[in-house]
Amino acid sequence: MSQYQENATVTHVEQFTATNYRLTLDCPAVAGSARPGQFVMIRTGRGKDPLLRRPFSIHQTSRDGTIQIYFKVVGRGTDILAHVKKQETLSIFGPLGRGYRLNTGTPSVIVGGGLGIAPLLFLVQENCRVKKDCTEDLIVLGARERIEIEPLLDDFRPFGIRIMTATDDGSLGHHGFALGILESMQLPSGCTVYGCGPEPMLAGLSSFCASRGLPCQVSVESVMACGMGACLGCSRPDSKGNYTHVCLNGPVYNAEDLQWKM
Amino acid sequence: MENVSLQEGQVPDLRVNIGSLELANPVMTASGTFGYAREFENLMNLHRLGAVIVKGISLHPRAGNPPQRIMETACGMLNAIGLQNVGVDRFITEKMNYLAGLNIPVIVNILGDSLAEYEEITKRLAGVPGVAGIEVNISCPNVKKGGVAFGTDPAMAAAVTAAVKNKADVPVMVKLSPNVTDITLIARAVEQAGADSISLINTLIGMGIDLKTRRPVLANVIGGLSGPAIKPVALRMVFEVARVVSIPVIGIGGIESAEDALEFMLAGATAVQIGTANFVNPRASEDVVDGISAYAANEKLTSIRSIIGGLRLDSLKDHATSSHNPVAK
Repeated sequence: MSQYQENATVTHVEQFTATNYRLTLDCPAVAGSARPGQFVMIRTGRGKDPLLRRPFSIHQTSRDGTIQIYFKVVGRGTDILAHVKKQETLSIFGPLGRGYRLNTGTPSVIVGGGLGIAPLLFLVQENCRVKKDCTEDLIVLGARERIEIEPLLDDFRPFGIRIMTATDDGSLGHHGFALGILESMQLPSGCTVYGCGPEPMLAGLSSFCASRGLPCQVSVESVMACGMGACLGCSRPDSKGNYTHVCLNGPVYNAEDLQWKM
Repeated sequence: MENVSLQEGQVPDLRVNIGSLELANPVMTASGTFGYAREFENLMNLHRLGAVIVKGISLHPRAGNPPQRIMETACGMLNAIGLQNVGVDRFITEKMNYLAGLNIPVIVNILGDSLAEYEEITKRLAGVPGVAGIEVNISCPNVKKGGVAFGTDPAMAAAVTAAVKNKADVPVMVKLSPNVTDITLIARAVEQAGADSISLINTLIGMGIDLKTRRPVLANVIGGLSGPAIKPVALRMVFEVARVVSIPVIGIGGIESAEDALEFMLAGATAVQIGTANFVNPRASEDVVDGISAYAANEKLTSIRSIIGGLRLDSLKDHATSSHNPVAK
């Protein structure tokens, strides 16, 4: 697996909400070898502060050598990124980690919550490209309110996948959690479930799938310094009580292989 | 002749000697920031390194600390990894083969909870092909037993050094903790106990608090501070130690560029280790080698050795020779 350190040129900056942004970065080497569910480490500053790169899942890639990241401003690093301008360059390192293992022989049910939607566009893109027909498949997008989902819908529509939405405030789709939709409907038989979102959502999804015997892959988050297995900072207990490292063994895991706090 | 200036067409000599160990250049990777080197093989040219120092090895495998293990700080980071490693036996069977194939010296960092453990690890490493040196970690702040006591007490530091030295068939470097009142006391003690070189500094103990949860950020509560934030402290300690020992001193602490490395060499370091910078730029150590080479060529130095300890104190002489506070009145 090849990884690259590249100076990516910012080609597009989009602001969707007060805190949610999407950047398009021209980085052909990273884009050319990225798989859905993998991530990149981006330097947000040029000097010594902030010092460490920040991990971002790859939102989508394009054939012309760009990738997108979709993120929320949560601290200084993301705040700096939210203020980058077109044509600026950012040091990017990737693609990193193990992504989703596409199970193309079964129907796909994809579930995203909040910023967890980020890697799922790439997953849908690849899922539908490989399967050619993904009309049997389903993606459920959940968020707190309408504006966190609506601007992204146009990007999901061209693939022909069935889209359902859920919001905490009921401003779009089902009034409630994304998981609530899954619980209330008949899922395609023998489907594989793919998820990304807040920890409680993934814990719920994991137990939902376990109780129905459905294979489930989830992408988890962790604080990390290097993103490549050198610092050993991103440890997380696995189902056997050993530490797994999110940057190398993840960020995508079979849900049953991790320990969940319910 | 090291003061003869470089002639047209000549390449500066970057070699340095750490006791009997000759390095092609003064740049090493710091333990715990470079895995077992293989992780970096596609990201830089490992053969350009002066030496590689691998992740600290204990007698038995260690799982390390629970998360959260790291946090960013102003110009640095805190870590409480807890010395997670595969143990000496698996290190020899699983990691050493690859490392021995590299065309650079491999220095194995070791740590233990008792003198007997340090001795036993050293014994097991003796005769293993490819091991060019041992770095003794007496300073990790993250384990409850051993680490802190050995590194903060001159007699204990000397005892560990002597124990390792007694069983080692390669040069022994002792890595000092900065979390002491007078680091020169520890440095002198390990020199007298037979250390072939001294590396410093390990991380400075710190902590972070999450105001929202009112809990420590790190599960271990305290952790080791590293990165550019600690460079001035490291530089001062290298300066102090280099003045009181006659064995080579290796500078560590916030080095991310050739300029940083060269400052440490002026302060008295024969070589340097690149640590946290590896996390930010996986080819940081190779960049430092390039930068030192360019500096030497630019300054027309025939050998980089000529700058070791070359700090100019002439106009400050009276202050600089007082042992505790060299520049303050």
